[in-house]
Amino acid sequence: MNLELQVQERENESTVFLQGEVDVYTASTLKESLLPLTEKQDEKVVVDLSEVDYIDSTGLGIFIGALKSTDKHGSSLKLVGLNDRVSRLFDITGLNEVMDIEEGKREEA
Amino acid sequence: MSQQLSDFIEMKVPAKPEYVGVVRLTVSGVANRVGYTYDDIEDIKIAVAEACTNVVNHAYDGEESEAFMTVGCGVYSDRIEMMVADRGNSFDIEALKKDLGPIDAQEPIGDMKEGGLGLFLIDTLMDRVEICGESGVIIMMTKFLQRGEVEQSDDGISAKTKQ
Repeated sequence: MNLELQVQERENESTVFLQGEVDVYTASTLKESLLPLTEKQDEKVVVDLSEVDYIDSTGLGIFIGALKSTDKHGSSLKLVGLNDRVSRLFDITGLNEVMDIEEGKREEA
Repeated sequence: MSQQLSDFIEMKVPAKPEYVGVVRLTVSGVANRVGYTYDDIEDIKIAVAEACTNVVNHAYDGEESEAFMTVGCGVYSDRIEMMVADRGNSFDIEALKKDLGPIDAQEPIGDMKEGGLGLFLIDTLMDRVEICGESGVIIMMTKFLQRGEVEQSDDGISAKTKQ
């Protein structure tokens, strides 16, 4: 029931590695790390969700907020490594249409 | 459809963010025991967590620090009925319903809502959703057990049928 977060920063690119669950309890941790990154102009922000096994609307809301911020500050956001479950929520909500998403490897059918 | 209730599980937890995960785990355990598929269990977990999140977010708007939420779980032979009740300071159902809906890709990014997806997800992931609000709000969510596709088994192992 926790969320581990690691940020790897390089020139104009930062990757946020998430591990665990993104819900109403852990979302603020994500928001506090993710939003400032999107506020840098030309920053390419990548969020690696391959170790995330649960996300709900609170987490989706954080990504919407981050997307808005990229729009405002001239940065970009990309989500990578989504598992089937996580990716399904983005599909259901229509967020897959507005976000840059790269799905994870599907090792098991 | 009017099958008899076989079990009822109820829990009352503080309306705090850290307890939403506790509720989710418990609900997941109950749904697993009943014999739902992996995907259905995940759907039920999300729906119940969304309902609890609404309560928690609302509880935190107010000045009451002693807010609780009650989660009920009715197990029937053909379905599971999840109830999430928010006593006292109820959230605004009409406001929630107004925001109900998926993201519109045509809409400018700046206009997109960061909230409002919760009730939409509940509605999408569960088979039947009822909301009543007199003293407090109760969300009642039903998920039917897909019989025939998956045998209900006592050993807790169920075949994955989706996809």
